[in-house]
Amino acid sequence: MSSADHFWLGKLNWDSIVFSSFLHNPSVSEAVASAAGSIVIFATLATLGLMTWYRVWGMLWSEWLTSTDHKKIGIMYIVFALVMLTRGLLEGMVMRAQQAAAPEGFLYADHFAQLFSTHGTIMVFFVAVPFLVGIINYVMPLQIGARDVAFPVLNQISLAVTVSSGLLMMISLVVGEFSTGGWSAYPPYTGADFSPGVGPDYWIWAIVFSGVGTTLTGINFTVTILKCRCPGMRPFRMPMFCWTALCSSILMIFALPPLSVAALMLGLDRYLDFHFFTNDLGGNMMNYANLFWLFGHPEVYLLVLPAYGVFSEVFSTFSAKRLYGYKSLVFATASIAVLSFTVWLHHFFTMGQSPTINIVFGIATMLIAVPTGVKVYDWMATMYRGRIRFTAPMIYAIGFLILFVVGGLTGVILANPTVDFQVHNTLFLVAHFHNVLIPGVLFGLLAGYNYWFPKAFGFRLNDKLGRLSAFLWIAGFMMTFLPLYGAGLLGMPRRSFSYMDLTFKPFMVVAFIGAMVILAALITIVVQLIVSVRNRNQNRVPVGDPWDGRSLEWSIPAPVPSYNFAQLPRVTERDAFTEAKEQGYAYQPPKVYRDIELPKNNSLGFILCVTSGVLMFALVWYMWWLALASALLILGAVIASSFRWESEQVISASEVQSDTERWLGLVKKSQAVDRDFENTPQNTGYAKLEH
Amino acid sequence: MDWKVGSPVGFLQLSHPALEWRFFHLPRLTLVFLFFLPFLLSPGQVSAAESFLVPLGPIAQEQKTHFLWVIALTMVAIFPVFILVPVILIKYRRKKGHGIYAPKWESYGPLELMMWGVPFMVILVLSSMLWRATSRLDPYQAVEGVLPPIQMQVVGLDWKWLFIYPDLGIATVGELVIPVHTPVSMTLTSDTVMQSFLISALAGQIYVMPGMTTKLNFIASKTGETEGENTQFTGRGFADQKFTVSVRSEEEFHTWSEQVRAVGIELDTATYHRLAERSTRRKAHSELATAQMPAKAIYFTLPNLQLFRDIVMRYHSGKPLSIEEQPGTEKFGRSRDAVKDAQP
Repeated sequence: MSSADHFWLGKLNWDSIVFSSFLHNPSVSEAVASAAGSIVIFATLATLGLMTWYRVWGMLWSEWLTSTDHKKIGIMYIVFALVMLTRGLLEGMVMRAQQAAAPEGFLYADHFAQLFSTHGTIMVFFVAVPFLVGIINYVMPLQIGARDVAFPVLNQISLAVTVSSGLLMMISLVVGEFSTGGWSAYPPYTGADFSPGVGPDYWIWAIVFSGVGTTLTGINFTVTILKCRCPGMRPFRMPMFCWTALCSSILMIFALPPLSVAALMLGLDRYLDFHFFTNDLGGNMMNYANLFWLFGHPEVYLLVLPAYGVFSEVFSTFSAKRLYGYKSLVFATASIAVLSFTVWLHHFFTMGQSPTINIVFGIATMLIAVPTGVKVYDWMATMYRGRIRFTAPMIYAIGFLILFVVGGLTGVILANPTVDFQVHNTLFLVAHFHNVLIPGVLFGLLAGYNYWFPKAFGFRLNDKLGRLSAFLWIAGFMMTFLPLYGAGLLGMPRRSFSYMDLTFKPFMVVAFIGAMVILAALITIVVQLIVSVRNRNQNRVPVGDPWDGRSLEWSIPAPVPSYNFAQLPRVTERDAFTEAKEQGYAYQPPKVYRDIELPKNNSLGFILCVTSGVLMFALVWYMWWLALASALLILGAVIASSFRWESEQVISASEVQSDTERWLGLVKKSQAVDRDFENTPQNTGYAKLEH
Repeated sequence: MDWKVGSPVGFLQLSHPALEWRFFHLPRLTLVFLFFLPFLLSPGQVSAAESFLVPLGPIAQEQKTHFLWVIALTMVAIFPVFILVPVILIKYRRKKGHGIYAPKWESYGPLELMMWGVPFMVILVLSSMLWRATSRLDPYQAVEGVLPPIQMQVVGLDWKWLFIYPDLGIATVGELVIPVHTPVSMTLTSDTVMQSFLISALAGQIYVMPGMTTKLNFIASKTGETEGENTQFTGRGFADQKFTVSVRSEEEFHTWSEQVRAVGIELDTATYHRLAERSTRRKAHSELATAQMPAKAIYFTLPNLQLFRDIVMRYHSGKPLSIEEQPGTEKFGRSRDAVKDAQP
């Protein structure tokens, strides 16, 4: 807190804007930074302009921004994740280009360091987490036969703070600079003495606020699964995806707080001269490492478990077969969730502790390979004696199965302290975690996107382009990250913006070409979406069951009505909808139609999104008056909204009845379609049973 | 370096009518092309002398052996996946597949037992190996050797390493020289942010932290040159924070130490402060080294044998350190001229 700070603007001045550094020093590195800043500004202006031109503001406000519908909130999460994915991926490209061009290169070391810091932060906190939270939000309540999540407004608030933290990350491209301390932000490097700029402050506030959002989401999902299941939906009748969602949500509740606490302690060090992690006065940076990884390791299982859930659904549906070893899979999922809290120390085997500690944590880490291996075998047995269809989600799933095993192997290697002493902090580690996060998490999420898209929007995505994209992801991943294993074994440290040893050059060149293939995969996803929207009338699946699905979400129309189920289903079997289809009681009208109560729209989420965004920005730039004002506004908005008595709206029985009868009429008119014609216009979502 | 890029370029320029570029050809051909690219680009010979894959001592050798064993044993659990997944996909594909269809088959006891049992047995074996290897290769444990160990003190600075030979009264930057067949016993600390010290061909890495010490023990079994580095990101000059490691015979080591003592400059407080500033090895070399020193190394003699202790104790004075007093910050060294004036 220097006295030179401006009262109104804090540390902010003209030189904070990214373009001014370019004007002072017109170099390629600054040009890249300015281009990134311009993209943010122009994309924002273009989006706002287009929305005004097409007059969608009113619709956007009443249908989306104030909606408490879990399905719409889920879709907004996914849209947000895809936007952030684009940024994170482009940053990866620039880094690969720099390392391929090294030792000459075109970026400054500091710029490269900002890139790997934002890339990691964004990919973990603003792509993987929101993407999976979005999919769970959309799918899980439908699978357990609920009308919404347990706390719809809380759900909105979680989205609000996640998005505002993501926007703060975007603002850091234009105003000031981001942290150079990596996504893990180890002090003392990120402390006030060694990083006096605003960079680490951007990191701290983005992490604290999105972390609160994710914790609240975890509470929300856990309560929903525990309390909102429909009649007959016993725990062991839940689809596998719900089990993974439950375990992942419990991890969110217990894993995120250590991160928020660690980030806030770092904040206290930086803002108020505390000495938790400083070099002097008894500060100890290894306490930060402990807290961070106490979050960080459960975090990776938090990310990968829902992806396992998606794969379980995909393998079973596209093999037209029950999931093999359901109970094994449930126990494996739960044991992974528990074990994930016992392994964090393997992130710093090299700290100099006694070998006994390393042995305990090394063995605990390797133990996780057992339930994970069981899962892989169970998925193989699910395909065994099935009828496998090679659709886009299935291509992702198969790619995952093969590549994830490689990631598992390198994970077991890294679990050995003896070997970890050698490859820790090298590109071998980078290759390993990309190997589990891309084929594991991202493939799962993209498979889920292709799989449930017709449920959400009422028409199928183009499968041919979907498969092409999946193949490109697989090839791009292999080319980008398998060479990094080699470079890591040869001793190339991670986070090197350059290198002198030309041995690494061929590896880096191949990795760069692989990154371009990944970019092609991302572009294919965009093209797929555009093509599919354009041809939507040929691909509509209004009956709602395009893949001969097995769980409840396929038993209702696509897109799903706001109240989900005209009458809450009653479940007697594990694959509830397959059972209904086989016994012939699918598509039956409810005996009586009743009024349905749903949560009303609420503008609290939007207000908190804006005010928390302003609060974070004010804190980063030391604008104390603004921070105080926005904090008071947040408090006021929450108190004011709790005085709303009318929080429910009623959908009348007659409206439900007319909707349902129209849909059932459509079912009667539809031709049951054989799986051979799954991806043709004949598929209107009425599946012929497999025999 | 020999770059064999001729062939892929020629591949792209093919214009035979049979190779009409249709939409679906493009990804397939690209994939084939990309898959082979690493082999086409790989230089004549890969030098791996900086890696534990080409060990210079028994510790790195054992680490390499352990690494290969872990791969081999884990293969027991994962090899079936590589084989069986394609087989299942071909046999049970919906179109033209010829396997039987059992849509309700969901559990089979013996198979379940195998699924849990095989990975568990593999992990059991791996765990016992891990246990033994981890205790045997504890970096804190002194290495047994015929000769008495050489004591060393290592200080991580921004962005270079200072190697102190307290028994010889000398110190170096940018060059670590050790005698062959002699156990090396290092005590390490940092005089800036946390770093990680690695000489891959000799031993694993260990963190170095300000105000704290860690230990690393190893021995070299053959003479030769390799490289050491910091693997923990520490800012702008991080990528340059490497040093040459040279393993020499007893006599050569002795000659070398005599030479260091002869040409080394005194590492007094003022010189140390200059060295501890944020700078790469190259910059420090141009500021401090004399013409008699090698191109990449700086040699020092030690007037203060308590230097290492003083560095560690800097953070235990019980008083806050201002930003100007902390080596590695941007402001450290601003008051250098004042320090210089104080010392005649």
